[in-house]
Amino acid sequence: MTGSTRYVLRGVAPLGGEPTDLLLADGIIAAIGTDAVRAALDTDVSDRARGMAHAGSDTEAVEIDGAGLVALPGLVDLHTHLREPGREDAETVASGTRAAALGGFTAVHAMANTTPVADTAGVVEQVWRLGQDAGWVDVHPVGAVSVALAGEHLAELGAMAASAARVRVFSDDGKCIADPVLMRRALEYVKAFDGVIAQHAQEPRLTADAQMHEGIVSAELGLTGWPAVAEEAIIARDVLLAEHVGSRLHVCHLSTAGSVDLVRWAKARGIDVTAEVTPHHLLLTDELARGYDPVYKVNPPLRTAADVEAVRAGLADGTIDIVATDHAPHTREDKDCEWAAAAAGMTGLETALSVVQQTMVDTGRLTWADVARVMSSAPAAIGRITGGDRPQGRPITVGEPANLTLVDPAARWTVVPEVQATASANSPFRGRELPGRVVATFLRGRATVLAGQAVPQADAGSPGAAGSAYPTTARNA
Amino acid sequence: MRHLLSTADLDRATAIHILDTAAQMAATQSREIKKLPTLRGRTVINLFFEDSTRTRISFETAAKRLSADVINFSAKGSSVSKGESLKDTALTLQAMGADAVVVRHQASGAPHTLAHAGWVDGAVINAGDGTHQHPTQALLDAYTIRRHLAVAGGAGGGGTLDPSGRDLAGLKVAIVGDVLHSRVARSNVLLLRTLGADVTLVAPPTLIPVGVEAWPCRVSYHLDDVLRAEQPDAIMMLRVQRERMGAGGSGGGAFFPNPLEYTRGFGLDARRLALLPEHAIVMHPGPMNRGLEISADAADSRRAVIVEQVANGVAVRMAVLYLLLAGDAAEPKLVDERVGIA
Amino acid sequence: MSSGPVLPPASSPAERWAAPSASTGSRIVLGAPEIGRALTRIAHEILERNRGGAELVLLGIPTRGLPLAHRLADRLAAVEPGLDAAAIVGSLDVTMYRDDLHRHPTRTIGATRLPPSGIDGLVVVLVDDVLYSGRTIRAALDAISDLGRPRAVQLAALVDRGHRELPIRPDYVGKNLPTSHGERVWVLLEETDGEDAVLIETAPIKGESR
Repeated sequence: MTGSTRYVLRGVAPLGGEPTDLLLADGIIAAIGTDAVRAALDTDVSDRARGMAHAGSDTEAVEIDGAGLVALPGLVDLHTHLREPGREDAETVASGTRAAALGGFTAVHAMANTTPVADTAGVVEQVWRLGQDAGWVDVHPVGAVSVALAGEHLAELGAMAASAARVRVFSDDGKCIADPVLMRRALEYVKAFDGVIAQHAQEPRLTADAQMHEGIVSAELGLTGWPAVAEEAIIARDVLLAEHVGSRLHVCHLSTAGSVDLVRWAKARGIDVTAEVTPHHLLLTDELARGYDPVYKVNPPLRTAADVEAVRAGLADGTIDIVATDHAPHTREDKDCEWAAAAAGMTGLETALSVVQQTMVDTGRLTWADVARVMSSAPAAIGRITGGDRPQGRPITVGEPANLTLVDPAARWTVVPEVQATASANSPFRGRELPGRVVATFLRGRATVLAGQAVPQADAGSPGAAGSAYPTTARNA
Repeated sequence: MRHLLSTADLDRATAIHILDTAAQMAATQSREIKKLPTLRGRTVINLFFEDSTRTRISFETAAKRLSADVINFSAKGSSVSKGESLKDTALTLQAMGADAVVVRHQASGAPHTLAHAGWVDGAVINAGDGTHQHPTQALLDAYTIRRHLAVAGGAGGGGTLDPSGRDLAGLKVAIVGDVLHSRVARSNVLLLRTLGADVTLVAPPTLIPVGVEAWPCRVSYHLDDVLRAEQPDAIMMLRVQRERMGAGGSGGGAFFPNPLEYTRGFGLDARRLALLPEHAIVMHPGPMNRGLEISADAADSRRAVIVEQVANGVAVRMAVLYLLLAGDAAEPKLVDERVGIA
Repeated sequence: MSSGPVLPPASSPAERWAAPSASTGSRIVLGAPEIGRALTRIAHEILERNRGGAELVLLGIPTRGLPLAHRLADRLAAVEPGLDAAAIVGSLDVTMYRDDLHRHPTRTIGATRLPPSGIDGLVVVLVDDVLYSGRTIRAALDAISDLGRPRAVQLAALVDRGHRELPIRPDYVGKNLPTSHGERVWVLLEETDGEDAVLIETAPIKGESR
């Protein structure tokens, strides 16, 4: 390819505002507004006529009819499980990131609980390279906090930070950093490189063999309960630790009303804490466990209707900063069995935006501009990827990288897990009709999704943006 | 009634029908020839993932007394082992052609999964799943209570009047012990309430589940108070596990400081036995920890019906097997036949 | 086939359930007086055949065979000195011995109660309302053999409607009613249905033969 394709997006509504035209060229947003776009295109034409070809100008720009579509900055997921290395039977970096692109994402943070665990520079660089090779989204590996996620010794956080993967988010997700001294050390240590500890808040002894939320439903079903206090007690401890050592803390998949209250209190005190909520916790409750269908088994568990309302309110008022999918694919064997034997986790990359639209936008609690904040700019900020070589979560203005997703909010579709791009079928939204469809996704001006379909990444090795700092294999750019 | 998974699925009429049918079955068991040809040609599979000789033998006896063929499958699987999964076992059994699968499993909900996953065609009978339900135990408990107590006025010595068609309205039952981990308690609370009885749970706070507020019963932490104030007609002692009572091993997770303190507070001994009304019966699902939740005096007293419960278990299970298997499989509903079809 | 007097609308749910609707063309073949006379005659025949009422047991097959057995016992006791009607009647439920259980929705099991004398060495007279294919009686014979060893077993039926499928014949019959398979015979008794009548219904009703 001698130059990258240019795209003209006609009549899209950036952040749900007034419809306008956008020109994507050379990996950036080259022009906004009908006149500006025309002028830019005319410049190209006259340059060609004068023999001053420059990259991308030798082909016609591709027009995309964006009537009725909302343009959002490419979504950034701070919490995804890509399962590779180790559990490629459930998902690979390639299949997972393709699913992410179809869900409107242009960057994902891949959690460290792989096999082997991502607790060294070697493993995180491997994951980072796999993401590059696949080319669907930018993959930012998350580094483990403790060696082998054992919760005993700090992993080589510095080495991971300095590696090619430039890890900034560290988490033992899947497990809780329960030892208060280890948590303190980790919070202190990452200050040196502006890292953040993302805690999976689950007191292990209070949740020994826990299967679902502890409450009326669990008492009836005879399933061991996972009490809300096991999440809240850890959050309470960690925000105070973060305050004491002057570090920042991120709370993964917040699920209870009490947790929302704690984060609200901590922020009012000036503690540097951020929090995420998953799409499934915005919609589903523990009543779904009644059929003993393990597709509803997840960690932290589905909670009560009161908790669902509290996290929605928390997301709306900014107490909860972002939505993160906690996309957790599992093979059929791990879910096609009795509840206690089943793995915990739900897929979510391809349904996240729709669920957020249904629960928060269509109910009037968030605008599309808010969605851009909670699903793009804020997660990018927490992950420290708003700058550097491949910035994400940037505003839709001229000169910014063309990381965009176009959404049709009027579309309705039914979730059929078997036809989803993710390699696993454990979606809790099976059979549900959801609003909003991702029509197109652009990663630095290159289309990864067009007309709702993934665009095969034939030349996935090339970064698709001029002037990349990352070395590529020797080939013509 | 296509499966028997939980007493929550039984309404009053169905429950009484099962008890009445059990009474007819019990009558046949006092004959010299105890065997009936009713389920000849049917196959019942006992699928026991958890050890339980007593319950398995009870179901086996019930099936054989009705001339059904019985296959015993004992699969001791740990909750982590995926060696032979529930699904694979079920598919194997389906290939053998089971009309009914009696399943006991350590995971709550396993029989429900078995009944609805489409792996087996036959009726599924829950013989105890985790801490969830044990419906035939509750049915035999209700049967026992009815046999002894359900005569006019609600109290009175047993057996001479025919209790057919009666429920347990007006009777008071106390269930004492480890309610948190007890499937017997859960099944009994629902069924006894459905039959009109008044239930009080008695246990230390650590053994009462969060969420019990939604259950149709009272809760008390004080056994003596309940005995004196409520004068229950039946007292059901639940089995308590020593390991849970702080008898070493569970460290900070023990539910009780030590077994002795448990017995002092919640054990049925001779003194507490004397607080019960004259006609009251003492029950226990077995196996008993003599000296822990029930003293030898209480277990062997004339008011204890514990051995009879076992016999009633066979009759109740015969009734359940009959009602699930004897009729037209395509139309598995209970019909009270009244018409003289000629 | 004459269309005789049709029953007045039934007044209780049991009667409505038991009684066919007026639109299906049923006719009464036996009224209360005829039933009474038939039972009296059968009672005398039983005493005659068995040379008195000693060593005799009447087992009624629920539902309607049981009240019939009680009525026969009363008539026997009225004629024969020293006979206690209550002491010679029992009920024999045959549900668990039927050979057609899984062709119908699950049946309720009735009571089996033998009289205090038992049945060993005695003459058992089975009493049922309608004799048709004979399968009910076959099941009754199996049930009896599990309960004891009578000296002899005899059969009294209020109505014999023919169409036997097994080699079983009644010893005492109230009325022989030739019928076709498409017809249904209904027996109503005071004790169970509030009145005495035997009806034949000509229109086929959804359901299967016994």
